[in-house]
Amino acid sequence: MSTMEHKLTNTNEMVFTAEFHSLDGNGLEKAKKYADRMRGWFDGVNATDNTAAHAHASNVATAIAIKQLGLEPIMQIVCRDKNRLAQQADIMGASMFGVENFVALTGDDVTAGDEPEARRVFDLDGPQLVRLMNTIKRGEYMSGRKIDPAPQMFIGAVENPGAPPFEYRVERVAKKYAAGAKFLQLQICYHQDRLERFCAGVKDAGLAGKIAIIPSVVLVKGPRPLNFMHNSVPGIDVPAEQIARVESASDPAEAAYLQTLEFAQHALLQPGVRGLHITDFRNDETLERLMTDLGRVRQISTTEVKDDHAYSA
Amino acid sequence: MTTFIATIEHVVKGPVWGCQDCGQCVLHSTGMTCPMNCPKTLRNGPCGGVRENGHCEVKPEMKCVWLKAYDRTQDWPLPSTWKAEYNHLRPPVDNRLKGTSSWKNFFTKRDRWTPPGWKNSTDESIASGVEI
Ligand code: SF4
Repeated sequence: MSTMEHKLTNTNEMVFTAEFHSLDGNGLEKAKKYADRMRGWFDGVNATDNTAAHAHASNVATAIAIKQLGLEPIMQIVCRDKNRLAQQADIMGASMFGVENFVALTGDDVTAGDEPEARRVFDLDGPQLVRLMNTIKRGEYMSGRKIDPAPQMFIGAVENPGAPPFEYRVERVAKKYAAGAKFLQLQICYHQDRLERFCAGVKDAGLAGKIAIIPSVVLVKGPRPLNFMHNSVPGIDVPAEQIARVESASDPAEAAYLQTLEFAQHALLQPGVRGLHITDFRNDETLERLMTDLGRVRQISTTEVKDDHAYSA
Repeated sequence: MTTFIATIEHVVKGPVWGCQDCGQCVLHSTGMTCPMNCPKTLRNGPCGGVRENGHCEVKPEMKCVWLKAYDRTQDWPLPSTWKAEYNHLRPPVDNRLKGTSSWKNFFTKRDRWTPPGWKNSTDESIASGVEI
């Protein structure tokens, strides 16, 4: 049983997860640096699957690297790039190396990436992929062919509380829950009212306590990434006052940090929320600062931290 | 005969519903909105990329297919049994049926075939799992 699964099913503790950086050249070396930085803070780190439709080292290889570096991977699988056969192969391949946490998502469209001419696959959609994962967990491929022993799996999905149609997002949660998702990592949402409404909706649907809600925050250095997300990432809307707050501050980096901290604290108070997912674009000491400010204690002896300095990706 | 039915179906459903001839029609459960017009061909609801104005991540000029489906399911006077199916988990597309007549597949029940692994994963078997 993965640490995440254990904490979410057997305890009332919050879980903290983070986005592992995507790996390109010299990937293993970089993976070591990232892992050392995250070690001791997180219950799971996401091995991403061609984020924003850009090719990188694969989700499977990244998940295995994370595992071998002593952290617990959460392997993302998107529906954009592979058909159901390849997705099953990836799950089985990763589980051979002890990867247990899996998260299914639709994935950005190919047109969001740098190879918009690529064929989009979407053989399955997000909820179908969740159910496929659950099928494997039960010990069968989609075809019904037996898998013995069945791999150990903890299955999650993703939802965006900040994109329309808002009421319907909750119904999507119910669907993913019924398909077998036990946790739900949320996309970043800069509207606190939308997150509140989403969590309240999940609670009203009787799903709080059945599916663990894990909202996201993003650590940024200033207004630029906020503007970028607002203008260029479909599904993410950053209210003008949130951008202005960072833009007009005498110390934008500090203002951006405090904004993230505030969003994190707010998210952790919502009903059904069982943790927080952190994406760190800053690559500075604020990852540690955020965790400390949230009252977390690093689960590691300092001698184990080999390279804990800020670095540039 | 089979091709004939498929042609009639295409002629009727193509212009009205933007039918993509998937051969396993779910229009009744999606507010008469064909999910195969979603650029990602999602059959179980919208992706996370829906724009602030409700338009599609991929085609900004088009309203998200799933917003349309949602609104129509609420607003149109469709049979309640159809509306009730809106939130059903629709199974993966059977790619062998592409281009065949969904009317025929409906009457022969061919469109309700799902792979055994999928079928065995009933909602009940999942919901009885451990609680978080
Ligand atoms: S925004 Fe709507 S129509 Fe566009 S890809 Fe996403 S789900 Fe499909």
